[in-house]
Amino acid sequence: MKDTTLVVAGMGTLAAGTYAFRLSGQLLRARITLPPRATRLLEAAAVILLAALVATTALTEGHGFSGFARPAGVLVAGVLAWRKAPFLAVVIAAAAVTALLRLLGVS
Amino acid sequence: MRSIWRTLDRKVLADIGLACLAVFFIGLSYGAVAVASGFPLWVPAAQSVLVLAGASEFLFVGIVAAGGSPIAAALAGLLVNSRHLPYGLALPTGVTGRRWGRLLGTHAMNDESVVFALAQPDPERKRAAYWACGLGVVVCWPGGAVIGGLIGSAVHDTSAFGLDAMFPAVILALIVKDLRDTRMLRAAVAAAAIALAAIPFLPAGLPVLLALAAVLLLIREPAATRQPGPQPAVARAGSTP
Repeated sequence: MKDTTLVVAGMGTLAAGTYAFRLSGQLLRARITLPPRATRLLEAAAVILLAALVATTALTEGHGFSGFARPAGVLVAGVLAWRKAPFLAVVIAAAAVTALLRLLGVS
Repeated sequence: MRSIWRTLDRKVLADIGLACLAVFFIGLSYGAVAVASGFPLWVPAAQSVLVLAGASEFLFVGIVAAGGSPIAAALAGLLVNSRHLPYGLALPTGVTGRRWGRLLGTHAMNDESVVFALAQPDPERKRAAYWACGLGVVVCWPGGAVIGGLIGSAVHDTSAFGLDAMFPAVILALIVKDLRDTRMLRAAVAAAAIALAAIPFLPAGLPVLLALAAVLLLIREPAATRQPGPQPAVARAGSTP
């Protein structure tokens, strides 16, 4: 590691900034009274963020494609979840399918 | 604390436990990767406690290890973590705790605790699920990072076990019930498409934020539920004499 002071400064910035993000949304929410429709939209916005997060973490690595093994595992998990399989089965299936494909040489 | 166990049923608690176990495994690989890229153990240890947001920590370590400036790495990490602002907007007031408890409750905000809270039907259970999962992650993420850093190279190749598929699977399993609504599904697919299209061009974190534009698809309420206005009410009254 090059410069400890600089790394500590970077870590401090990231930690403090992240806490500020976590706090500011709540403070905004507490300050305004929202009609029920807006509340529903905000919840939907969180689900939409999470859906985008699923897509990017399943399919990409850095700025490119993650390879087939991981999205295949997540796809199987998605199908199982849609068919109301237990959460444990869904999560284990994702890891197992991905690991199996990699074992077979599929990246 | 005791009220968490009373409020949530066994199944939800088991699911939260599993999600935290997945966080622990990802933490293992984080600690191992950080130490393998030349950081002393205290860096992933301190970051996992103070930042407590996995993707941004991986990114920070990756950028600095590749020779980037730690400040630039911190800004990149902040971009990734900016999604916590809309999370805070989405959570009903009080879920993250009150007064002093909220200091910790705010820190415990992460993808998993938010998604478990949203999945619960009422404020009481939302709060209990948020705290159970949030505190679980507060323990499991740093725990995994430190143990991963200590055993280092032994767990370096976690990709062989498919552990990288667990995070998206956990989140997907928890939002699937929302996606049964056709309009929500359409918006979610649009969001995924926007994020994926932006990935090659934008820095990490921005594509997911950009995907928020898909909310526009939901702005117009379906005609049936738009307003319990006077006309339909009269019609209904008329049809049931």
